[in-house]
Amino acid sequence: MKKITSYCRITDHQVILNGNKLNIAFSGDTGSSRLTEIYRYLDAGYAKFHKMDNLSKAGFLASEMVLRSLDYDLEIPDGSTSVVFANKSASLDDDKRFQETINPNNYYPSPAVFVYTLPNIVTGEVAIRNKILGETSFFILEDFDAKKMHIFIDWAFLSPGISRVLCGWTEYLDGHCDVLVMMVEKDSPEGMDFNTLNINQLY
Amino acid sequence: MIFKLSDNIVSSLGFTTAANYKAVLEGKSGITPGKDAAGNPISISRIDAGKLDATFQDTFHVKEAYTLAEQAMLLSAHIAIQEAGINASSDRTCFVLSSTKGNIHLLGLPSHDFGKDRVHLWHTAKLLAGFFGNPNFPVTVSNACISGACAQIAAIHLLEQGNYDHVVVTGMDLAPDFIVSGFQSFKSLDQERCRPFDARRKGLNLGEAAATIVYGKEKKPGISLVKGSIRNDANHISGPSRTGEGLFRALQTAMEDLPACEIAFISAHGTATPYNDQMEAVAFSRAGLGSTPVFSLKAHFGHTLGAAGVLESVIALKALEQGLVLPSTGFQEPGIEGEINVSKSLSKTDKRFCLKTLSGFGGCNAALLFQNAL
Repeated sequence: MKKITSYCRITDHQVILNGNKLNIAFSGDTGSSRLTEIYRYLDAGYAKFHKMDNLSKAGFLASEMVLRSLDYDLEIPDGSTSVVFANKSASLDDDKRFQETINPNNYYPSPAVFVYTLPNIVTGEVAIRNKILGETSFFILEDFDAKKMHIFIDWAFLSPGISRVLCGWTEYLDGHCDVLVMMVEKDSPEGMDFNTLNINQLY
Repeated sequence: MIFKLSDNIVSSLGFTTAANYKAVLEGKSGITPGKDAAGNPISISRIDAGKLDATFQDTFHVKEAYTLAEQAMLLSAHIAIQEAGINASSDRTCFVLSSTKGNIHLLGLPSHDFGKDRVHLWHTAKLLAGFFGNPNFPVTVSNACISGACAQIAAIHLLEQGNYDHVVVTGMDLAPDFIVSGFQSFKSLDQERCRPFDARRKGLNLGEAAATIVYGKEKKPGISLVKGSIRNDANHISGPSRTGEGLFRALQTAMEDLPACEIAFISAHGTATPYNDQMEAVAFSRAGLGSTPVFSLKAHFGHTLGAAGVLESVIALKALEQGLVLPSTGFQEPGIEGEINVSKSLSKTDKRFCLKTLSGFGGCNAALLFQNAL
C-alpha cells in the first residue's frame, strides 16, 4: 500500500506543512516577495534559489519542507526517488518574462531567463538540490485533477528501483502560487493512504 | 511491450514518413540558411508554411483557423491514424501530446483572434483529441527535449493498464523567434549545418516538425516498444553531466538483462553541442555500448525539441525494419574522448533491437528499447 508520508501546501495566503500552518506573516504583496519570505523563514542557505524563476522557487520551497520533515539526507546520491510534477500553465509565467526581452525594439534575450521557459526545470532544480537520480517528469493538465495525478504518480513506481516519488501540483502564474507537494512511499507503515480522496483533501 | 501500427513525420523534408526516410537515405538535409530576430545568420530546418497550409486545407476543408503548429500536429496525427485504420473517436483510444512550447509564438503577436487559452499546452492537447472526436482527456508531457520519449513511455502505461486499445502519440514543436533567440542567447547554435559527434562540432540547429506513432496493445509482428526509462543527472539545469549519470542509468533500466551485442544501433540525441555529444559517449561506454554503432539524425532535421523523440524513433525504426544502420550525417573526424562507435556509412545488420536516447534541460535523460520481431 502506498502512503503519503509528508505534504506541503503553498497558496497566496499561507503555507501548510503536514496539517500545520507555518507562522509566516506575509508582508510582501507580490507572489515573488512571498516566496522570498518563505525562503528566509526556512533559512535554506541555497544561493541558487535566487536565480530560479517563480515556478521553480515555489516547487523548490515546498519540496524542501517535505524532505526536511522526513529528515532526508540531501548529500547521498539517491537512485530510488523520482520527481513527478504537474500544472496548468507550464512555464507561462517565465515565458512572459522572456518574451519581454525579445521585442524587436528592445532585444536582449537572457539565457538565465530562457532556461526556465520549460516547466520541467523545477523537477531538475529539486533533483540537483537533493541528488535525486530517479525519474523526473512533468505533465500538463487543464486544471488540478487528483485522479489524473494519481495515475501519473503511480506510473513512476513502475520503473525498476523506484520506491518513493516526490510529486504534486506546482502552479505559478502572474503572481499567484498554487502548490501541493507530497512524498508518496511504497510499503510505508505510516502516513495516509495514497488515493484520490486524500489528494483532494490535502489540496 | 506495445506494438507500432503506423507512423508519420511532417518536417522540412516532407509530410510523410516515406518522403522523410527516403531523404535521410539520400543524405538530404532540410537545414537551410535563415536569420534570427536580430538579423544574425542561422541554419534552421523549417516546415514550408505555405505548403503545409495548402495540404492542411486540402485534407480537412475546415472553416476554423488553426495555427501552423496545430496544422502540423493535426496533419501528422491524421495521416498516422488513417494508416493504422483505428477508430480515433473511440473511448478505447487515447491521445498523448509531446511538446515543449506548442503555440508559444502567440505571446509575440500584438493581437490575435485565437483567445487567451490557445497558448496553453493543455489546450493544444485538447484540440488534438477533440479534432478527431476523441472523448478522453489527452495526456500532455512537457519534459524538455526528452518529451517525445516520455510520451511513448506514457503510451506503454496507458496500453498495459488495459483501459485503451490504441494510443496516438504526437510530438510537435516549431521554431518561432521565442525559441531561436533563447538558444542564440545560450550560444548553442551552429551558424552552419551541425556536425554531431565530429571534432569540429560547434552547436546545434533548430528544426520544426510534428511526428506521430500509433501504438496498439494487440501483439503483432514488426516493431514493438519493449521498455523505456527516464533518469535525472542531478547535476545542472542546462549543462550535461560529465559522467553521463542519468543517461547511463536510463540505459541500464531500459536494457535490463539484454546484452549489448543484441543491439543493432543507438539512435542518439547527438545535438552537436560539444558537451552533449561527449556526455553521451561517456554514458554509452559506461553502459557497455562502446562498440555499438551510434548515429544522430540532427544534421537532417535539426533539433526538433518536443517532436525529436517521436520523429527520430520513426526514422530509426524504419532502418531497424530494413536491417540497416544509418550513417551519422555530418560526422567526419572523430572528436569525442573515450569509447564510441559513430556510424560512418550505411551498413546492414541482422540484430533485432535498437535504442533511442534523448537528453534535455533540467538534467533529464531517456532511453527507449525497441524490437523488430518476426
